[in-house]
Amino acid sequence: MPEQKTVATTGNLVVAEAMRQCAPDVVAAYPITPQTTIVEEFAKFVAQGRVHTEYVTVESEHSAMSACVGASAAGARVMTATSSQGLALMWEELHIASGMRLPIVMANANRALSAPINIHCDHGDIMGARDSGWITLFAETAQEAYDNTIIALKVAEDPDVLLPAMSCLDGFITTHSIDRIDLFDDQTVLDFVGQYVPSNALLDVENPVTHGAFAGLGGPYFEFKRSQRQAMDRAAGVIDRVGADFAKLSGRPFAPIEVDFMDDAEVVVISIGSTAGNVRHVAKELRAQGIKAGAVKVRCFRPFPFAALAAILKGVKAVAVLDRAESFGAEGGPLFLEIRSALYDLETRVPVVDYIYGLGGSDVKLELIRQVFDDLSDIASGAMAPTGLVYLGAR
Amino acid sequence: MKWDVSSMDSWKAADFPRGAVIPEAGNSQYYRTGGWRSDRPIRDAETCTNCLICWIMCPDSAIRTADEKLADDTFDLEHCKGCGICANECPVEAITMVPEGCELPEVK
Repeated sequence: MPEQKTVATTGNLVVAEAMRQCAPDVVAAYPITPQTTIVEEFAKFVAQGRVHTEYVTVESEHSAMSACVGASAAGARVMTATSSQGLALMWEELHIASGMRLPIVMANANRALSAPINIHCDHGDIMGARDSGWITLFAETAQEAYDNTIIALKVAEDPDVLLPAMSCLDGFITTHSIDRIDLFDDQTVLDFVGQYVPSNALLDVENPVTHGAFAGLGGPYFEFKRSQRQAMDRAAGVIDRVGADFAKLSGRPFAPIEVDFMDDAEVVVISIGSTAGNVRHVAKELRAQGIKAGAVKVRCFRPFPFAALAAILKGVKAVAVLDRAESFGAEGGPLFLEIRSALYDLETRVPVVDYIYGLGGSDVKLELIRQVFDDLSDIASGAMAPTGLVYLGAR
Repeated sequence: MKWDVSSMDSWKAADFPRGAVIPEAGNSQYYRTGGWRSDRPIRDAETCTNCLICWIMCPDSAIRTADEKLADDTFDLEHCKGCGICANECPVEAITMVPEGCELPEVK
């Protein structure tokens, strides 16, 4: 295992460090709170000559992702970062990047969408783009944000995948808090991600190709979407393989879902991102009191690990899903819809309750998580019927 | 033609190039756009001065030349979309647009 350097710094700064170590040919980016320090730090690396990247400053996120699409089609390794309204402004290019099968890697600092205006954490931004065809990884900690960024690039550029990938970290909570992080040396990261060998590069003038052609008028648009689905399905296997290689290199386990106390768990809380730490902490407290509490963290949202979730939740007595995003008019938040669908094929129906929490950075105190586990214990013992959607902690 | 698309209609999803890339250059000539045309250009050879402005302006390279003059078979109707730019630009009004009949080239 290569030696790692332990540092105390923020999620954003280690994402910038991971980007530098991946040595992208092009970064086109626009600053937005709470992502700004990623691209600011990366710009500093470029100015210092510590990375040889064509750094394109653009006038909006729409242009940022457009420039990334063009650079990636030209054959470059491309990375960028955004957040919230910026991600929303990129929306049409997100689909173009995935449809053109361009392995762009982007960090997203999860932040609420307006209105009302807000700059704090929730997952409304990325959940709004969850059908844009991007592989989507979520970090609980700054360490995971660093690791996920490197893993995302390796997966995206795999010849069996060639899809864009997003590395999400919670705005302010993970982007700006000082955390303890182990960093690789540059060569280790470069060796791990390898050299990007583009195919169909526009700059390969010996083999001219056309990107962005029309596939309408009864043309094969439908078939191209099917290929995209197949690539995303293949990505699941590649993520497992790359994750296992990364775990061997780093000593840190990686899996699409990560579980605690699940061997004999009866009441289980599922979460994404930084809140997973709170859930694990409360589950540990409850275990000390003899309550069979378990915690599940979804680290990979696209492709969604349906089978692994169904296997781990089989036989539990009650499940709570914590959704840090709304899907107004749907039966629950985006994660709830996925989880309940994953459980549908189980022979014994598991009660699942959805908790919308933490929107716009609303504080996720441990008491709130304890309340969720209390509800689950009541449901498991038959003292309470499963409820509909709960706005956890909202007045 | 190195990229054989003759059986494209029966291709499965995996047979198409990844990301809708067209893996060779210069094959737009195989895409016949004449079927889009509603008006057809006609040239009056006696009025025409062979200035070739129409040849320069045609966005589809659908005007044929021979010996630095317009060819007798002036319009490549498999590719002419009937946009009328040639008729509009002609300085001596030697090109007129007439409505197409029912015999349209095959649409591809």
